[in-house]
Amino acid sequence: MAEPVLSIRELRKNFGALKATDNVSLDLKPGEIHALIGPNGAGKTTLIHQISGSIRQDSGAIEFLGEDVGGLGMAARARKGLGRSFQISSLAPEFSALRNVMLAQQAAQGSSFRFFRPVMRDRSLTDPAMSMLERVGLAGRARLPAAELSHGERRKLEIAIALALGPKAFLFDEPMAGMGPEGAKDLTGFLDGLRREAPILLVEHDMDAVFALADRISVLVYGRVIATGSVDEIRRDPEVRRAYLGEHT
Amino acid sequence: MKFTREILINTVLAALLLAMPFAALAMDEPFYVTLATRMAILALAAVGLNLALGLGGLVSFGHAAFFGIGGYAAGILSTHALNMQPLLTWPFEIESSEQMLVAWFVAVAVSGPVALAIGAISLRTSGVYFIMITLAFAQMIYYFAISWPAYGGEDGLSIAMRGTFPGVNTAVPLSFFLICYGVLMVALLLFACVRASRFGAALQAARQNETRLAAVGIGPFPVRLVAFVISAMVAALAGSLYADLNRFASPSMLSWQMSGELIVLIILGGTGRLFGPVAGAMLFVLIESVLGGLTERWQLFLGLILLGVVLFARGGLIGLVAGKSRHG
Ligand SMILES: Nc1ncnc2c1ncn2[C@@H]1O[C@H](COP(=O)(O)OP(=O)(O)OP(=O)(O)O)[C@@H](O)[C@H]1O
Ligand SMILES: [Mg+2]
Repeated sequence: MAEPVLSIRELRKNFGALKATDNVSLDLKPGEIHALIGPNGAGKTTLIHQISGSIRQDSGAIEFLGEDVGGLGMAARARKGLGRSFQISSLAPEFSALRNVMLAQQAAQGSSFRFFRPVMRDRSLTDPAMSMLERVGLAGRARLPAAELSHGERRKLEIAIALALGPKAFLFDEPMAGMGPEGAKDLTGFLDGLRREAPILLVEHDMDAVFALADRISVLVYGRVIATGSVDEIRRDPEVRRAYLGEHT
Repeated sequence: MKFTREILINTVLAALLLAMPFAALAMDEPFYVTLATRMAILALAAVGLNLALGLGGLVSFGHAAFFGIGGYAAGILSTHALNMQPLLTWPFEIESSEQMLVAWFVAVAVSGPVALAIGAISLRTSGVYFIMITLAFAQMIYYFAISWPAYGGEDGLSIAMRGTFPGVNTAVPLSFFLICYGVLMVALLLFACVRASRFGAALQAARQNETRLAAVGIGPFPVRLVAFVISAMVAALAGSLYADLNRFASPSMLSWQMSGELIVLIILGGTGRLFGPVAGAMLFVLIESVLGGLTERWQLFLGLILLGVVLFARGGLIGLVAGKSRHG
């Protein structure tokens, strides 16, 4: 079996008395989409934050490409190849969609300590950034400030930025949220192809998308993983049905 | 490049400032040459601060420290040169010089490391803490200066002779103005370059959303630190010119009021706008000299104007005339 790209061991995070992450272990293998589902407040976003480095775990290990990254900052982990999107869009609001992607492009190319060449006339930034926007269907909105994009468009822009980093693993936090049924269907097809570029840890409430895409599903409830398995195994699991899927059927 | 309204306004402002001393001389009002020089120098300092504040969102309430360091660099060099003392005798001997270029170099070379140290500590905080900690550092330097009798203490340091410049008689007010104006234009060019560059993109992203910047793999801290240092060096250069203009390095150049003035200039003119500091400095000096001649309480009117800008014209003068800035 292939070595996992990302491997989380016995991760714990408390917010006061609240166990937001309670002894979570899971991994992400090459080429797979591993979906992380669970009710509101289960701790999915908190887990993504710890993997990407925006919050620090209390204990436990995060291994990425065979290296312990649990002590690194967010920027360092991104440079190692962790590309993420945010549940609540997190963009540079004054920059155009294009410039948001260009920022990722310039980071992927290396040093940002270059003071003279204007970025807008730098084809090595604008061209790839534009093609990322094309891939997510935002090319027509490239010149609009991120703040003026619709909710769904901002979600797509988040994905284009993650793509531009050329990451070794994607962490997507509810990319379908607020996209509408059409948008969600398009994005499902898109993510299906994307797994060939890098494996995806996908937090998602849209069960149609999860069942269509996931190679494996982990179910998080009150900070704990109560089950991990294939789509069929998870659908049949009585504890999962009681704790989570029950609310949807 | 498109010829936008902003470019038109910038050109007009640059031309107005350049024309002012010539008009003053034509009308036999030499005092206005000094005024125009003051505008250029304050604009230069504010261009420096604009890099940190406008592009990076770093509200430094301590840039007077760097402005003052530049002023004292000019003052100390001139004192030593007058007494024919070397500037340093230990660990190695450095000759003093009445050359303005040497004063500029010293201003930049001293303010850079000081800003690096202040920035490295201050930039670990943000928001109101950053404002307070930069203020605290500047106050420390201020009290250090006034308690240092060798260089004038509270009385400051007068400069017997303005620094010299190759091929220019700096004692002629118009010539000195042209030097200041030239430096200002170079600084504006530098600002425009930096703003459009990769570094500028990262710096502006750090202001808009530092989490986003980190998520693409660029750490905000080193970007801000470099911006803070460059910003301080430009302010120090301005300080060196300012001391030469007044033939006096005053402790008030290091005071918190000075830091505040620089922030006010930028807000008046337009935060983050290329010519914001120029517009702000021109307006500020104009208000100061016109209203200051009429009433002692001119700062009350400055306050009202500032209030108006903050409430009704967030983009400052440039924003008011040229509209919102566009980032391409
Ligand atoms: N910074 C914080 N401080 C204190 N509590 C927090 C913090 N962040 C999250 N929490 C709490 O931790 C729990 C897990 O939150 P989290 O956002 O990870 O849930 P989630 O599974 O992503 O939920 P949703 O499906 O609504 O996005 C919640 O009870 C939340 O209130
Ligand atoms: Mg969440």
